[in-house]
Amino acid sequence: MATVTGQEVVDPGEYKIIGTRPVRHDGVDKVTGRAKYGADVQLAGMLHGKILRSPHAHAKILSIDTSKAVALPGVKAIVTSADFPILKDQSLDFGETQGNIRMLAENILANQKVLYKGHAILAIAATDQHIAEEALDLVDVKYEQLTPIFDVKEAMSKDAPVLHENLTTIFRVDRFGKGEDTGVKGNVAGLIQFKRGDLDEGFSKSDIVVEREFTTQTVHQGYIEPHTSTGQWSQDGHLTIWTSTQGSFVIRGATAAILGIPESMVKVIPMEIGGGFGGKTITYLDPLVAILSRKTGRPVKITMTRKEVFEGTGPTSGTYMRCKMGATKDGKITAGELYLAYEAGAFPGSPVGGGAMSGFGPYKIDNLQVDGYDVVVNKQKTAAYRAPGQPQAAFAVEPVIDELAEKLGMDPMDFRIINSVHEGDRAPSGVPHLKWGCEEVEQAMRDHPHYNEKLDGPNRGRGVAVGYRLNAGGSGSSATINVNSNGTINLITGSVDIGGTRTAVAMQAAEVLGISIDDVNPTVVDTDAVGWTGATGGSRIAFDTGRAAILASYQVITEMSERAALLWDVDPSDIVFEDGIFVSNKNTEDTMSFKELASKLMGTGGPVTCSSSDTQGGVGAQLAGHIVDVEVDPETGKVDLLKYTTFIDAGKAAHPSYVEGQMQGGALQGIGWALNEEYFFTEDGTMANASFLDYRMPTSLDLPMIDTVIIEVPNARHPFGLRGVGETVLIPPMAAIANAIHDAIGVRMDRLPMSPGAILEALRDNK
Amino acid sequence: MADKIHVQSNINGYDVDFLCESRQSLLEVLRDVLNLTGSKEGCNDGNCGACTVTMDGRIVESCCILGVEAEGKEIITIEGVASADSLHPVQQAFLEEAALQCGICTPGFIVSAKNLLEREPDADEERIRFWLAGNLCRCTGYDKIVRAVLKAGEVMRKG
Ligand code: FES
Ligand code: FES
Repeated sequence: MATVTGQEVVDPGEYKIIGTRPVRHDGVDKVTGRAKYGADVQLAGMLHGKILRSPHAHAKILSIDTSKAVALPGVKAIVTSADFPILKDQSLDFGETQGNIRMLAENILANQKVLYKGHAILAIAATDQHIAEEALDLVDVKYEQLTPIFDVKEAMSKDAPVLHENLTTIFRVDRFGKGEDTGVKGNVAGLIQFKRGDLDEGFSKSDIVVEREFTTQTVHQGYIEPHTSTGQWSQDGHLTIWTSTQGSFVIRGATAAILGIPESMVKVIPMEIGGGFGGKTITYLDPLVAILSRKTGRPVKITMTRKEVFEGTGPTSGTYMRCKMGATKDGKITAGELYLAYEAGAFPGSPVGGGAMSGFGPYKIDNLQVDGYDVVVNKQKTAAYRAPGQPQAAFAVEPVIDELAEKLGMDPMDFRIINSVHEGDRAPSGVPHLKWGCEEVEQAMRDHPHYNEKLDGPNRGRGVAVGYRLNAGGSGSSATINVNSNGTINLITGSVDIGGTRTAVAMQAAEVLGISIDDVNPTVVDTDAVGWTGATGGSRIAFDTGRAAILASYQVITEMSERAALLWDVDPSDIVFEDGIFVSNKNTEDTMSFKELASKLMGTGGPVTCSSSDTQGGVGAQLAGHIVDVEVDPETGKVDLLKYTTFIDAGKAAHPSYVEGQMQGGALQGIGWALNEEYFFTEDGTMANASFLDYRMPTSLDLPMIDTVIIEVPNARHPFGLRGVGETVLIPPMAAIANAIHDAIGVRMDRLPMSPGAILEALRDNK
Repeated sequence: MADKIHVQSNINGYDVDFLCESRQSLLEVLRDVLNLTGSKEGCNDGNCGACTVTMDGRIVESCCILGVEAEGKEIITIEGVASADSLHPVQQAFLEEAALQCGICTPGFIVSAKNLLEREPDADEERIRFWLAGNLCRCTGYDKIVRAVLKAGEVMRKG
């Protein structure tokens, strides 16, 4: 029976809509080319903007001469950091509360100093993009070059050149805590530390200890749609922004703060978004098009080139990591020590906190210490990338687990199961777990045919790895339901739909209301048209916005029960709603379907429109695991993938096809990260491979089919038991592939990418 | 400012006249001059396939063709794939197989896949993967895209 009672999980196997695979509501628009993405905005009189970027990785800006550019016919306006009220008189001061927003502004347009090659300096609006581009060549910027620093370990050393004079190390024991300022100056912006038990005692109890170092390189999310934004500043002070973002309200807030205007004067219209993976949660272009529009009185659009996306937006951190773990002969982990140093890029804020929370997450370890360093270097300011910081940490921990199992002569999945984390056990951060599917996923992997079938042939190997993530959520979601007289509903949210969430959320409303999924019309609207809603990120939309939609649906039922009570002349408390039917307790002949009652609303008090919001959070802890078979060519060092199976505890898969899609897409990004993706920096900090040709992402030809196994251990904090599924999928792949390579050719790869050259080198060193 | 050139072409079955600069790509003309924004720009240098259209029956990256090259040519864009009352089997299969997530790559994949299946309706997985290797997708891992094209092929073979 599909009755939903409050917050309890009721029979997760017995839903009418949840767990089915309907065609998504926005599907037809997206397969016919009608769906409007950010760059598709065309407005009368629209100007086009282009951005001038720094050719140096670290330099003082001495002067900017735009006189020749302004004189070019067709050029209409120029914006520099002097136009940002927030940056006008002062450069970055980390001590102030506005530090973050000023930092954001300084990343959007450099003020006094450029901190990486590609750092934006100014933007020009012209009648077309070619003229704007020509004008960039006419700008004369004088620089005084400074010594850049690129390597995370070098940047941490005492005599390293410093990016920000006032930067001091903040010490934290809680990822989101304020921390304490150590007063130590340098390039280390933060240290996060988790400690439990006694490390020495733990290692002294172990029969075997493995310790290894790892390095990884900067990689990009690689969304196919470049960043784009269009702005229109009206004479009445209202600013409208059409943009490609994961979070329209986040962009509204940041844009208003940078421009020094009230949020209420800004309307952000989120267009369809062509991928983000975390990289489109911050603003780069919106304040620029706003100012250019204010100066010209015309709408202005800026769309980045692919090169700009690579050079001027936020990839994720390159790292240096050390992992040491000890275990007893019977396979019990006694101690773990994890050292993480993550490049933040030009401004503080690497995802090292995520790595620190995640690395040891799949294991019950009584004695542990995790130290995570956030280090600024002269590279692009990093941004979120799917499970931020966590894939790197897994690449340090999971190969050590594999090696421990190998040395103990144990099956690597059995070893994991012995050390599995259960309800009540504490995560590395100290928080106790609710019920989650850690061991269930591990068991499913161990029992799966892929894990148990024979793998024949030379230079072939099988590897496994798992990944842990705690999805928080709770940043706020709003939903409005309007009931139409034909019994359909319009479901209005502010959650940008990046991969099918309109439908996943609509399914939850349909389930509660007992109507068909085709009777729900889900729409994503602008910031003027719906309550505050946080960004699409943290794997939270199906869960958080789903909960908001469920709460709004409950309200609809309550209001419609009142209408039924009016019609049948009974008390509203006598109305029961079951399986989509309103029934009177007083006379069970009195029944009406949702549809029938919807047609009677105008005569019983008018339209039913219900809004709800939700900030509960609790998207939940999650384990994902990957099994991969590879074949390594010892002549060329090339790694081919033969077979790939991914596992995840989805809690409950609302729309299994889109859960599978997340799993398969996560595997793809991980495979790219594992085998060939990296920012290839030259000595002066130039990204030498800033195109899709050279930053080679996996193509259809590089991959096998990617099999998926969804495990469902319901999440107690969601009425249907959902967990978020967007991110954990990217944590295991690099480690799984490294472990498979070891199985194939006997070498332990300790750096990413595991490109043909790196494999050949490792083979040579191994001889 | 550059002079504009008069170009006559047939786009999605309609004769179209447009003016463009000699430096404008076909993609730019489609999107900015003709407001046919279904073809997407992911790289503007021929490496992502999001801008794929057909020109006289051959798939091309419209970002790597000049607008003036459309003179006298028949162009089909994503907007010309469905008929007034029904989707093309490839489009239908993409929907049923959930072969899109963000959807930005989808127009390019559909134009490419349709072109393949018109030539080789019995294309197998390997052939499909080879043909579509010029179209990047960052969301799906290609699995569901390949399955959708296989399914569309089946439908098209049955006629
Ligand atoms: S935009 Fe033409 S191939 Fe990428
Ligand atoms: S669906 Fe997003 S790039 Fe393919």
